[in-house]
Amino acid sequence: MWQELYEELAGHNFIVVSVAMDSRDGDALPWIEAAKPTYPTLIDREHRLADLFGIVNVPQAVWIDEAGRIVRPAEAAGAYEGFRRMNRTTREMPEDVARQTAQAKTTYLEAIRDWARRGAASPHAFSADAARAHLPALTEDTATAQAMFRLGQFLLQQGQREEGQRWLREASRLHPESWCIWRQSAGVNDMGFAALPDFWERVDALGTNRYYKPVDMPGMP
Amino acid sequence: MTTVLTDTGRFEIAGAEATGEDLWLSTGDAETATGWSIKPEGLCKAEICVPLPPGREREFVHGSRVNVAQLWRHLGQPIAHSDRGQAWVLASSARDRSAALRSLQAPNFTLPDPTGRLHSLSDYRGKKVLLVTWASW
Repeated sequence: MWQELYEELAGHNFIVVSVAMDSRDGDALPWIEAAKPTYPTLIDREHRLADLFGIVNVPQAVWIDEAGRIVRPAEAAGAYEGFRRMNRTTREMPEDVARQTAQAKTTYLEAIRDWARRGAASPHAFSADAARAHLPALTEDTATAQAMFRLGQFLLQQGQREEGQRWLREASRLHPESWCIWRQSAGVNDMGFAALPDFWERVDALGTNRYYKPVDMPGMP
Repeated sequence: MTTVLTDTGRFEIAGAEATGEDLWLSTGDAETATGWSIKPEGLCKAEICVPLPPGREREFVHGSRVNVAQLWRHLGQPIAHSDRGQAWVLASSARDRSAALRSLQAPNFTLPDPTGRLHSLSDYRGKKVLLVTWASW
């Protein structure tokens, strides 16, 4: 969906920079080849962006203006957690949930269009104070978790599977809100998704908490 | 060979000495990997100097070697190392990361595309950037 948006808005001094939070060589490649993007697609094996911007899930995005300033900190990029109410056998989605999912996507894309065209005049570009108020909370635990995650990824690359996985689990324990850490270290199903029963258990344990934190944007479900 | 991962990159250091929770590097290696060096004022990075705690100097500096792990703990910065001490991550504190974000200046980074070409966020200065993450998982 980003390719179309990029083509539509490239004339407005706008670019998409997409970053795959993928640790294993080649995992992201088939997806990138299929999408044939003309914007930069980068690979972040050590989840450095999670550490720098406080990213905890995908897709999350940050809006950065021409001067390199953050005008919307990390937040869900048009994603809605409708999958939580999907029928897990038939993969069917109730109609109201499908509608909310579509609404989240449309609302987010419209907001990007408005920002690309109007810049700081767009109500979706936060003022400095509002942008600060929306920054994710970083703590000693989350910072240590990111360091452990990086260590674990390095050890996995070195073939030290057992110790590497142990550091990833330790990182997830310290930073339980990070689905990036948890899912990157979880097992994957036959479609390559970290959606085995342990994923659904973890999702169900959220109860009334959100999988994607609510996005502060008018019209967002 | 000891691998040290810092904010600025990955450093393979021969002659590093890792014992338990300590990581001793030559002053040159310490400066290359972490930016910190020994000066008469104490340990310094750019304009910032941290005096060595009186009576505990030996925990930080010995001859021409620096215990970067002890320095990291002293600064309250996250540190992680492998069981055998052959790999260390010396990271930035949540305090520093939060301060960087609160400046609202987007922290720069450099990452490869699938062909291995490196891109930095700063390459796109002058454009509105939608920095968007995804994953195959």
